[in-house]
Amino acid sequence: MRVLVTGASGFLGRAVAARISAAGHEVRTFQRRPSGVPGVEDVHGSITMPADTPYAGLAYAVSGRDAVVHLAAKVSLAGDPAAFEAVNVGGTRTVLQAAQDAGVSRFVYISSPSVAHAGSSIMGSEALPAAPEQARGDYARTKARAELLALAADAPGFSVVAVRPHLVWGPGDTQLIDRIVDRARHGRLPLLGRGAALIDTTYVDNAASAIHAALDAASSVHGQSYVITNGEPRPIAELLAGICGAANVAAPAWRVPASAARAAGSLIEAIWRTRPGTDEPPMTRFLAEQLSTAHWFDQRRTRADLAWTPEVSLDEGFARLAAHYRQTP
Amino acid sequence: MPAPATLPPSGLSGLNPGWSRLIDVAESGTSGDVTHGWHLLDNGPELDALGVIPVGTILCVHGNPTWSYLWRSLLAAASEAAASGAPAWRVIAVDQLNMGFSERTTDFRPLARRVQDLDDLTDALDLAGPVIALGHDWGGVVSLGWAVEHPELLAGVMLLNTAVHQPAGDKIPAPLRLALGRGILGPATVATPAFLATTLALAHPPLSSEIKRGFRAPYLTSARRSGIGGFVADIPVALAHESRPELDRIAESVRTLAVPTLLLWGPRDPIFSDRYLDDLVDRMPHARVHRFEGAGHLLAEDVDYAAAALLWLGDAVVKSPLDASESESESESESASVAPSEAAWDAAGTHPLWHYLDELQDSDETALVDMQPTPRTVSWRLLSLRVRQLAAGLVHIGVKPGDRVSLLVPPSADLTAVLYACVRIGAIVVVADAGLGLAGLTRAVRGARPDFVIGAAPGLLAARALGWPGRKISVAGFVPPMARLLGVEHTLAELISLGQARLSAGDALPAQPAPTDAAAVLFTSGSTGPAKGVVYTHGQLSAVSRALFLQYGVGVGTGLVAGFAPFALLGPALGARSVTPDMDVTAPKTLTASAVAAAVDAIDATVVFLSPAALVNVVATAQALTPADHAALAGVQRFLSAGAPISESLLAQAAALMPQATAHTPYGMTEGLLMADITLEGIRAAAAGVAESNTVPAVANDGESVPAPPATATPAATPTANPAGGVCVGGSTATTRIRISALDASGASVGELTEEADVTGEIVVSAPHVKDRYDRLWLTERASRRGAVAGERWHRTGDVGHLDGAGRLWVEGRMPHVIVTANGVVTPVGPEQRIETLPDVFRAAFVGVGPLGTQQQVAVLETVPPARRVHRAPEKLAAAVRSMVGTPVAAVLVVPGLPTDIRHNSKIDRSRLSRWATGVLSGGRWTKP
Repeated sequence: MRVLVTGASGFLGRAVAARISAAGHEVRTFQRRPSGVPGVEDVHGSITMPADTPYAGLAYAVSGRDAVVHLAAKVSLAGDPAAFEAVNVGGTRTVLQAAQDAGVSRFVYISSPSVAHAGSSIMGSEALPAAPEQARGDYARTKARAELLALAADAPGFSVVAVRPHLVWGPGDTQLIDRIVDRARHGRLPLLGRGAALIDTTYVDNAASAIHAALDAASSVHGQSYVITNGEPRPIAELLAGICGAANVAAPAWRVPASAARAAGSLIEAIWRTRPGTDEPPMTRFLAEQLSTAHWFDQRRTRADLAWTPEVSLDEGFARLAAHYRQTP
Repeated sequence: MPAPATLPPSGLSGLNPGWSRLIDVAESGTSGDVTHGWHLLDNGPELDALGVIPVGTILCVHGNPTWSYLWRSLLAAASEAAASGAPAWRVIAVDQLNMGFSERTTDFRPLARRVQDLDDLTDALDLAGPVIALGHDWGGVVSLGWAVEHPELLAGVMLLNTAVHQPAGDKIPAPLRLALGRGILGPATVATPAFLATTLALAHPPLSSEIKRGFRAPYLTSARRSGIGGFVADIPVALAHESRPELDRIAESVRTLAVPTLLLWGPRDPIFSDRYLDDLVDRMPHARVHRFEGAGHLLAEDVDYAAAALLWLGDAVVKSPLDASESESESESESASVAPSEAAWDAAGTHPLWHYLDELQDSDETALVDMQPTPRTVSWRLLSLRVRQLAAGLVHIGVKPGDRVSLLVPPSADLTAVLYACVRIGAIVVVADAGLGLAGLTRAVRGARPDFVIGAAPGLLAARALGWPGRKISVAGFVPPMARLLGVEHTLAELISLGQARLSAGDALPAQPAPTDAAAVLFTSGSTGPAKGVVYTHGQLSAVSRALFLQYGVGVGTGLVAGFAPFALLGPALGARSVTPDMDVTAPKTLTASAVAAAVDAIDATVVFLSPAALVNVVATAQALTPADHAALAGVQRFLSAGAPISESLLAQAAALMPQATAHTPYGMTEGLLMADITLEGIRAAAAGVAESNTVPAVANDGESVPAPPATATPAATPTANPAGGVCVGGSTATTRIRISALDASGASVGELTEEADVTGEIVVSAPHVKDRYDRLWLTERASRRGAVAGERWHRTGDVGHLDGAGRLWVEGRMPHVIVTANGVVTPVGPEQRIETLPDVFRAAFVGVGPLGTQQQVAVLETVPPARRVHRAPEKLAAAVRSMVGTPVAAVLVVPGLPTDIRHNSKIDRSRLSRWATGVLSGGRWTKP
């Protein structure tokens, strides 16, 4: 199969491009920076430019492709709402159009469980339909709208499937793991509530293999959404301790009541809006809810439909993370 | 003010507008030109659209002040069942005239007119059989009035909280007295919606505002409510009331009804209390009864009566082949369903419970010893005489065969004498354990509806304070004011002298009850939901005695220390002499080692029965034993701990006090005492077998053990031969068969009964001494017999376990505690046992959180030393627990104490822990379990 992976310079995108390439497919990538994945053809460009812009690259990148895996997105807890809209909604519309124009037959849209869940705890829930009006924050809202756009484009000859990996982590992750470790190292990582909320996560290799499985199964599972996790929920405090242990830093020792954190998150979020900058607010209401309420999912349909099971267990993931930190402290 | 029938407004919750229809009906007895408009609900068109032919019609009649809306869930359920291919039932639910959306006539419609109205309607509908008459409240009376007049159509009767008889001398139920006061009648029922509001407030749990809106819809103005007032005025309170003859006619005719009958009852009903249920059962003794504990007058809103009704119709009226055997199982065909093994025992010479009381009536050997307040010895001669005197005394004061007598007497010679007197004359003894707590005991006694209560002072005080039913008889004498205060009519001493007078006059005792007659209602512990009454016949209680004889050699001449109530009472039935040790039975932990030794010494006991809770204290007080005590205990040959599982070490410590004795612990339940038995040596042999094996733990799936360790599992040395683990409770007792109904992947026990080894499933037992049935719990009874073999009496225990290759039973937990993960079913006891081998763990509970089918496994621990507060297990302990369990454990929590049941203080309430863990692990409040 000839496959285009967008957003392959990101942590998950890189893993996906490498995985699909290693499986023997011919992989091309499309993003602003080099992907760093050996053996793939990088095409540089931006999905926020119209596809037919001369030299924009997307039209070329998608030409002759059988399949597109669309990961490119603005992933952030704060920022300009217009930028989320432009990248996540506008960009997805552009990539969908380009793929349809190029005669692509499979389209895997990488989404997020946050498109369907707002605030309350999730215990063993199935993937519910994306609900932009209920989503918390610009990221979740625009990802939800984009997922609806993608699934609406599902048609005979153009199989669209949405995959929602939850909290992807692993060695080399700058989004989640490095920040946790950095804050813990500086004693700035609190535990929200008692740290007992059960959170399920996805080791990066498992997310990549699930996306690969969705690509393979696209013609039979098209039009559907799947949440992807390790299927091993743990109390959030144990997860943080596992990550910190792997990086050999002290796990969080001080607690903040979850309700206080949520309130503080809302306030900080509001202040950050009036003071736009490049850095992330230390806490948002969304993040506070994510870290203080249960988030785990029913994986039966995902595993059966995609004929996929996670290869790397949580504990094996921590071991690999520890090995990574020993090599690159 | 007259008003025509109308259709209900659209948008009423749960009401399909397609069900509503209007019909004009000519009023009989007039010249034919008087017609009335009716509104009714009818799912007939829906069934037509499905293209199915109904097997019959359910004709539903509402009471006051409701309307056909009451039956909406039955219409929906019947249509849904028909659509899914089940037998199709047409449901017609009428609005009585002046009620609901039917016509408001100008005239008052007494009961006889209303019965005739329904008759006119079914004529106009050209209703063909078979018809099931279903009614609620005063609609039940109208429905029955119609039913007795239409034997050609009638195929069955179903009733929800109703009554056909108001005893002349009885007081009117209080809420109705209020409505009946002349001044209040108008204002309360017509001018304001107060009566309606009062009725709607009787739902448990409260009705949603949407449903209340549905019930109020036809009664929004006082003119619309005229029928409510009319109905209330028609309640025939006084003998002289115009509707009284019609009510009496119906009440008497009901006795002639032979069609299958189902009574569904909500006991929390201030109007139609349990006494009306008793009256109905008396008139229709063949009726199936289910009392929904906790539900009330608006039963149709409180419980899923529609499912119960359709289930029953399938059994009783449609008679699907699957259920044909079950419908035979209850009282009316008792003798036909006796198990073959029981027949064999009968041939071997069964004894009625009073056999030895007759045989040994001239013996001066000791029958009983009471250790408190001071040791008192009762000979067989005296016991036998007392039993006969009391029996005659009970007959004298009006106790009849089949009457229920609640015994609120602590274990003692008095209790034994009264119990045997009651069963001898065919009265049914009701025995509930004080360990249920006052609330549980009240529910139990009320539910059993005793005709008589025989009690000591505490029981009688409770009976008085809490309004327990039944005529009261006191064990002790009271000064007259006290006796009046407690409502005591007689004392045992009076009964004895009354009885002696009768015997002296040459009056014989009544004929002996038959082996198939009910003898006792025993209550379950309530550790698994509200306590349930369990009915035993004389034959079955004799079979319990027989099982005790076969298993433990308790027979004529055996000395028995009876520290465990259910077995203790059977001493005289076995011809054994028994002694009740000095203890407070409501607090078994008060039994000391010295008290046991004294009891043993008093009768040269060779057999000792104790409860597990008592055993803990006996072991703890062993240092107080004197050399003489030790010598007495050395004579014990068999020792039994019964009631709940205990640890091998506790059993061993107790056994050490009785060095010559074989220690036993039986497996059983109130519904089937003594199903399996294991000795201390047997427990040790089972443990050794487990230690030798070294298999990897796995989850059971579809009843098969699947050796599928997850990627995370370290294949630790696992201390169990069978992957599922469990507590070995030994082999089945002599007359018992144990089989397993395998669990499917969803945790349901749907497998065919099997004796194959290593199949995990619900434990199902059969024996001559298994219960006859649950008392007034038809649904529970039906579920407990599901899948039984025709002609045999099987009981589903609700326990999960497996049999091993040697035929030994291993218990893995309770059915509701089975954890259903995405990878299959996990039973709790095996993981708990493995976790409890960790030195830091005192006791463990293994529970599931999240939806069935994708549950996560959670371990909750009591640690050594005990924790002061709830917390997550430290990393090391959590890792150790995970490596012991093998399957993925989401979280490990530590608590100061695990919640257990009151009675045994040993059965961990895993359901409650699961709910608690779900809250804590969702990020909810951090509370104690």
